[in-house]
Amino acid sequence: MSETIDQIFVILKDWIMGNVSAGMRPIFSALLSVVPVLVVFPLLFAFTTVLERKGLGRIQNRYGPNRTGPYGFFQPLADAVKSLTKEDIVPRAADQVVHFLAPLLLVSAVFLGYAVLPVGRNMVVADLNAGVLFFFAVGSLVELAVFMAGWSSRNKYSLLGAMRAIAQMISYEVPLVLASIVAIMAAGSLSTVSIVRAQAGYTGIWPHWFVLTPWGFAGFVLFMIAATAESNRSPFDLPEGESEIIAGYYIEYSGFKFALFFLGEYLGMFATSAMAITLFLGGWAAPFSFLTWVPSYFWFFAKLLTMIAGFIWIRGTLPRLRMDQLMNFAWRFMLPMTLFNIFIAGVWHFMPAGFSRWFVCAILVAAPCILLSRGLKQEKKLQVRTYRFAE
Amino acid sequence: MSSLTGYLLLSALLFSIGLAGALTRRSAILVLIGIELMLNAANLNFLAFWRYGPNPAALAGIMFTIFSIAVAAAEAAVGLGIILAAYRHFKTTDLDQMNSMKG
Amino acid sequence: MTVSFLILATLTIAGMAAAMSLRNLIHCVLALTLGFAGLAALYLYLGAQFVGFTQILVYVGAVAILAVFVIMMTQSAGPMTRPAPASSWAIGSLVAGSVFAILAWAIRSSDVSREILPSETEATVHQIGDALMHRFVLPLEIIGLLLTVALIGAVILAMHEKRETR
Repeated sequence: MSETIDQIFVILKDWIMGNVSAGMRPIFSALLSVVPVLVVFPLLFAFTTVLERKGLGRIQNRYGPNRTGPYGFFQPLADAVKSLTKEDIVPRAADQVVHFLAPLLLVSAVFLGYAVLPVGRNMVVADLNAGVLFFFAVGSLVELAVFMAGWSSRNKYSLLGAMRAIAQMISYEVPLVLASIVAIMAAGSLSTVSIVRAQAGYTGIWPHWFVLTPWGFAGFVLFMIAATAESNRSPFDLPEGESEIIAGYYIEYSGFKFALFFLGEYLGMFATSAMAITLFLGGWAAPFSFLTWVPSYFWFFAKLLTMIAGFIWIRGTLPRLRMDQLMNFAWRFMLPMTLFNIFIAGVWHFMPAGFSRWFVCAILVAAPCILLSRGLKQEKKLQVRTYRFAE
Repeated sequence: MSSLTGYLLLSALLFSIGLAGALTRRSAILVLIGIELMLNAANLNFLAFWRYGPNPAALAGIMFTIFSIAVAAAEAAVGLGIILAAYRHFKTTDLDQMNSMKG
Repeated sequence: MTVSFLILATLTIAGMAAAMSLRNLIHCVLALTLGFAGLAALYLYLGAQFVGFTQILVYVGAVAILAVFVIMMTQSAGPMTRPAPASSWAIGSLVAGSVFAILAWAIRSSDVSREILPSETEATVHQIGDALMHRFVLPLEIIGLLLTVALIGAVILAMHEKRETR
């Protein structure tokens, strides 16, 4: 019975495919795989916006949205109507074509990444041989879209925001990819489905997730930090720092195009979180062996919502970084730490299983972490700021 | 016309476009991009010959392409660095105006 | 010669030709990314999945962004002020056109124009990794060294020179 519920969507798809003529089958197969992704994740986005506003309100000791519908939960509907009916303003000096294409490229690039994310057992749009590489390749298209948006607006604030965003995304893309390499090494495959399969099985009640090893834990934390920076979330939200450059690269967008940027940003956050779940948290696997009867897609979305809650919590807690702190952190801490983590994963692989392996690897993770963060601290040379250009 | 010929002709056309760009444009950045284009045309040739060649299991074409992409990336990084340094000196990226060798 | 090949080839050529002929440098780079994406699709079409994704990651994600950064830093984003002299255009196009003519003639008259069936093998990531770690391990190490040298060299080239007076 639990098996049927677990596979219900796969069975449903097979049943529909059985009732379709052979010529239409490829089209129907593609539609049935893609349309659920295009429906479920935007709905999750709508749900997340209201959750985020309420959560942030709670953290800041206020109510958050509570006027539209029960407890304000229809707020996204009202927002959608608002953004669809707003006037779409394009600046006269803007590069019309590029200005129009930027949000479309952003959203389609983000959606492409979902093709390789396994949402449940046997539930993945495309099990590509080089799935993780595909994910990062289409992720790099986002940088281009951001630049197009910032440059085509012909606004110095949007250009500044775009340049900040690209500098940040490039700097953190390196640690993001390097942090994911440990999971790829351990699984011996670039296919997301194989990586999830490599983490299947339980010892006692505990799962074989990569996050439950020293290198996996370090890799997960580093991956999530880089993912936060990659999706321009607080505390790495310099590209849209309201107090400095108004709203960053999408100042000159209004109405539906602005909504597309907003959607793209949140979907990017979901996608990187889902990639972290796939790489380190066992994908759709249940956290304990006695909970395997719960459907696999439930576990995936439960993990995803936990990650989103973590993002909201961090956003409500930490202040924004400065640009030099951001870059120092990327190049002086994240990059050496991720490189060292790859070495630790190798040590783990070649040492005999047992307590000694845990001990050595835990020390190997902790020592460079402490040393590198010391190095960051010593950089602080506080002095009176001299304004060189205001003489 | 076989498919291999199609790929080879496409690659020859891409090479010529890159060559034309590198010869006629005067912005240093575009000249560099033209060279990248020619490298890409060569990569397409490697892959086409790998696919249609007698011994695809040896993966020689794939390996050549991977190494070629790595070399092209290094070339682009160094080339753009040189353009930046030259811009600082000459205050232009126009190749016709970079005409003195004295530092 | 299938329809999808023709579409991809047209897309690639259009992107590359636009990249080499547009006036605004930023437009050139954006058209170039279109061409690179078309090439990546052609690689996928040839069955080289890994190389196709690497192409997007390296060229669209890194080289194009790098070019954009240099264009912004050298303030050459606007349209070029003076067009190239006509003689340079003519000579360049003539050379490129004759190169294409010779290449096309060579391809048409060579052995490869007879029909060859494509092999059915596909290069999996596992095979590529295996080859990189065994047969091609020395080139791999040299490429790693080259990339490190290029990284350091680019940083030193692009670094601000220290000046005594402002």
